[in-house]
Amino acid sequence: MSDVIALFQDYTFQTVALGSALLGSISGVLGSFAVLRKQSLLGDGVSHSALPGVVMAFILLGNKNTETLLLGALVSGLLATFFIVSIVRHTRVKFDSALALVMSVFFGLGLVLLTYVQKIPNSNQAGLKRFIFGQASTLMQRDILLIAICGTVLLVLVILFWKEFKLFTFDSGFAQSLGFSPKKLNLLLSFMVVLAIIIGLQTVGVILMSAMLITPAVAARQWTNKLWVMVILSALFGAISGVLGTAVSSLVPRLPTGPAIVVCISAIAVMSVLCAPGRGVLHRVYQRRKNRVLYKLEEGVPNGPTN
Amino acid sequence: MAPQIEIQIIAVIVAVACALPGVFLVLRKMSMMSDSITHTILLGIVLAFFMTHDLSSPLLIAGAALMGVVTVWLTETLSRTRLLAEDAAIGVVFPLLFSVAIILITRYAGSVHLDTDSVLLGELAFAPFDRMIIGGMDIGAKAIYTTGILLLINLAAIIVFFKELKVAIFDPMLAAVLGFSPALVHYGLMTLVSLTTVGAFQAVGSVLVVAFMIGPPVTAYLLTDDLKRMLILSGAIGIVNGILGYQAAALLDVSIAGSMAVVTGLVFLSVFIFAPRRGLISSLFRRRNQKIEFAKMTLLFHLYNHEGSEQEAAECGIDTIQAQLHWEGRFTGKILALLEQDRSIAFSGELVRLTERGRANSIKCYEKLLS
Repeated sequence: MSDVIALFQDYTFQTVALGSALLGSISGVLGSFAVLRKQSLLGDGVSHSALPGVVMAFILLGNKNTETLLLGALVSGLLATFFIVSIVRHTRVKFDSALALVMSVFFGLGLVLLTYVQKIPNSNQAGLKRFIFGQASTLMQRDILLIAICGTVLLVLVILFWKEFKLFTFDSGFAQSLGFSPKKLNLLLSFMVVLAIIIGLQTVGVILMSAMLITPAVAARQWTNKLWVMVILSALFGAISGVLGTAVSSLVPRLPTGPAIVVCISAIAVMSVLCAPGRGVLHRVYQRRKNRVLYKLEEGVPNGPTN
Repeated sequence: MAPQIEIQIIAVIVAVACALPGVFLVLRKMSMMSDSITHTILLGIVLAFFMTHDLSSPLLIAGAALMGVVTVWLTETLSRTRLLAEDAAIGVVFPLLFSVAIILITRYAGSVHLDTDSVLLGELAFAPFDRMIIGGMDIGAKAIYTTGILLLINLAAIIVFFKELKVAIFDPMLAAVLGFSPALVHYGLMTLVSLTTVGAFQAVGSVLVVAFMIGPPVTAYLLTDDLKRMLILSGAIGIVNGILGYQAAALLDVSIAGSMAVVTGLVFLSVFIFAPRRGLISSLFRRRNQKIEFAKMTLLFHLYNHEGSEQEAAECGIDTIQAQLHWEGRFTGKILALLEQDRSIAFSGELVRLTERGRANSIKCYEKLLS
C-alpha cells in the first residue's frame, strides 16, 4: 500500500498519469461519436496512416519536436481519410475494404520512409519508432500542455456543436432537411476524431490507439441511452483506465504502459457488456430463466406479461 | 540462386498466396477481419512459444492459425450479443489480444528473439539466409518452400471448394438450403486466412499482409464482375506488385515489404482513376453525361407538357425556361443548344417549340418510363 502512496507522490508518475488520463477522456468523448456513427475502425485506419506523416515531417523539418511530428501525423491522417472517402464515393468498393487498403498502404509508405531515414548520415532517427508502439513513459510537461490545449479546443467544439453533432449522429437526413450541411459537419467531426487520435499516438502508439477510441465508448454505451451520459461516462472510463494502466505499469516491472491501459479499458468494456442493467448478457440470461420458470408455473400456457 | 532472385520468388509467392483468400474477404465485406487477425496471431505465436520454447516449432504456426480462428469467433460472439456493432466488436477484440501479447513478450520473452518489430514489420531481405537443407544439399531458401506450400494449400482449397465458396459468399441462404453449411464454409475460409497470415508475416510483417490480402482483390474488383476472373486478376496484380515493389526497394535501398505495399497502393490508384467503366474518370464522365441526358429529357417533357396551353408563353419562353426549371443560365443555354443541334427543338420568336422529331422523342421517352 505504501508503494502505491509513494507512487502517486512521484512527479514522473503524476505527469504520465495526468497525460494518460487526459488522452483517455478526450478519445472517450470523440470515440462516442465514432462508435455511434458506425465508424469505429476509422480510428484504426487513421492511426496506422499517421506513420508516414510522422517520418515525413522529420525528414522535411529536421527536428523531433512533438508538435512537428504530430502535425505531420495530422496531415497524413487527414489525407488517408480523404482517400478512403473518395474511394467509397466514386467506386463500388466498400468502406471496410477501402479502409484496410489505404491503411496498410500508408503504413507501408511509413516503413519505406523509416528505412530511408535510417540511411541519412548523422540523422538521429531514434524515437520515431515510438509512434508505432507508443511510449507513455516519455511524456513530458510540454507534451501534457499540448494535449491539454488540443483537448480543450476539442471539448469546446463538442459543446458548441453539441446539438448539431447529436442530430447528425442519429439522423443525418433530418439534419440535412433542417438546413445543416452534413458535408461540413462530417468534415468537422472527422477532423476532430483524427486530431484526438493523433494526440494519443505518443502514449499508446498507432496500433493500440483504436482501442482508446472505441472501447470506452462501447463500455459507456451499455449503461445508458442518453448521449450526454454516454459521452461523460466514456470520458470517465477513458480517464480511469489511463491512470490505472499507468499505475499498474509503474508498479510491475517490465510492463509497457500502452498495452496496460488497453487491457484496463477492455476489462471495463467486458464487465459492462456482461453486467449492464437492463441489457447486459447476465441480465438476459436471468430474464430467460425467469421466463422459463414462469412458463412452467403457468403449465405451458403463459398468459399476461411474464416480466 | 542469387538472393535477389530468391527474394523476388518469395515475394511473388506470398503476394499470390495472400491475394487468393483476400478475394473472398473483400467480397464478404470482411476486409477488416484480416487486419484483426494479422494482429492477434502474435498472441498465438507467443502462447505456443511458451509451451514449446522453440521458435522453429511447427506448433507456433498451428497456435497462430488457431488464434486467428479464435479471434473471428470472439468477434462474432461479441457482435452476436447485439450490444455493439460488428466493427466495434473487431475494434475491441484485436487491441486487447494484441496488448496481452505485447505484455507477455516484454515480461517473459525478453531474452529470446521474439520481438514485436520482426512480427509486425518483417524483413524480406533476411529470408534467403535461412536455407532449406535436405541430406546436406542446399536446395534454396526455406521461405520459398514454406510459402510455396501455403500457396498450394490455398490453390487446392479454392479449386476444390470453388462452388461452395461462391454460393456461400453471394447467397448464404441458398447455400444453407442446398445443404452446405455457410458457417462451415465461413470458418474454413477464416482458417485459410489465418494460415496465410501466419505463413506470410515472417516475410513481410503482419501489417503489410493486409496490403497483400486486400490490395490486389480490391484492384481486380474494379476491373471485372466475374469471380474466376477476379481470382486470376488478383493473382496477376499480386505478382506485378511483388516484382515492381522489390525493384523499387532495391533501387532506393528501402524496406522491401513497405515498398511492395506502396506499389500496391499506386497500382490501385491508377486503376481507380483510369479503369474502364468503374474508374474515377469514366464515372465522372458518365455522371456528366447522365446529367446532360436527364436535363435534355426534362426540357423535352416540359415543352411537351405545356405545348399549345395558355401558359406556353410564360413556361416555354427562351428567357423564362431557366426560372421554371430552376436551372443556371449557362446550363440552360447549353442544353438548349444541344437540343437544337439534335433538331429536337426550334426557336420561334421568344418561344421554344418542339419539332416533329422532338415530340416523337419525348413521347417515346414517356412511354419507356411509364411502361
